[in-house]
Amino acid sequence: MVDALTPYAEALGIALEQWDGETPVYRVEFAETVEGRPEHYHGGATGGLLETAGYGVLRAELKKRGRAAMLKPINITVQYLSAGKSRTSYAKGRITKLGRRSANITVEAWQDDPARPIATAVMNVLMAAPD
Amino acid sequence: MTEQNFDPKAATPFLCSRGHPGWLGLTYSDHGPDWVELELPWREDLIGDDGMRVLASGPILSLMDMASGLAIWRKMDAFQAIATLDLRVDYVRPAREGAHVFGRSQCYRVTRSAAFVRGLAHDGDTEDPVAHIQAVFMKIGGETRELPDG
Repeated sequence: MVDALTPYAEALGIALEQWDGETPVYRVEFAETVEGRPEHYHGGATGGLLETAGYGVLRAELKKRGRAAMLKPINITVQYLSAGKSRTSYAKGRITKLGRRSANITVEAWQDDPARPIATAVMNVLMAAPD
Repeated sequence: MTEQNFDPKAATPFLCSRGHPGWLGLTYSDHGPDWVELELPWREDLIGDDGMRVLASGPILSLMDMASGLAIWRKMDAFQAIATLDLRVDYVRPAREGAHVFGRSQCYRVTRSAAFVRGLAHDGDTEDPVAHIQAVFMKIGGETRELPDG
């Protein structure tokens, strides 16, 4: 299932919002599970949303190409651009480079306006052969 | 607690009692003059990719973000509002199934406006880490928060 979320993402309250063409857009409602300092998102929760959107776009692309792979994180760099306020956040990834063994993905998270991201991330993901 | 004496051991139960850190169940593990280690207990519903019973990377990012914040407050010896500016996590190997993960972060430099940290996550042996991190936090203008229990 392309749009299946990891147990972690589901527990955090992340859900698929919509498909933007072939790219899944995810959302998380503001709740205590994502709260850091009062009425703001915790950096870790924002990071979790970004990561989920990164894996989501990669899974969708691999499925389209008929490729099966186990996805393993190599690294992630998150840039926090402005404070996540107490409302819904969204995130969407883009595959910058899809290689044979690894993929480079950029992700943006926003609240009211997709043109004003609250955080961005660059991820490298290893695509291991399925067991 | 006064702002002249930020004790991570005393502050962690309060800071991790609710919100995202509370949901993850982060607890105090250890600290030094400029570093703090927190513990992330194993939880079935925090696993990542389908088919692998391995902790997702997201909780490790949260663990390191929180340990870094505490390390900065320890180093500054003040509970001043800070915000993560940039956080890089290198996931060098998966955590073992069922293992608790420890996040140790060190604040090696504080300037007037920024704080720099580096750290690692491990599942029992600091010589064999699960992840390495590097991050920069910004101080948020002048706000000093109060912790309960003087």
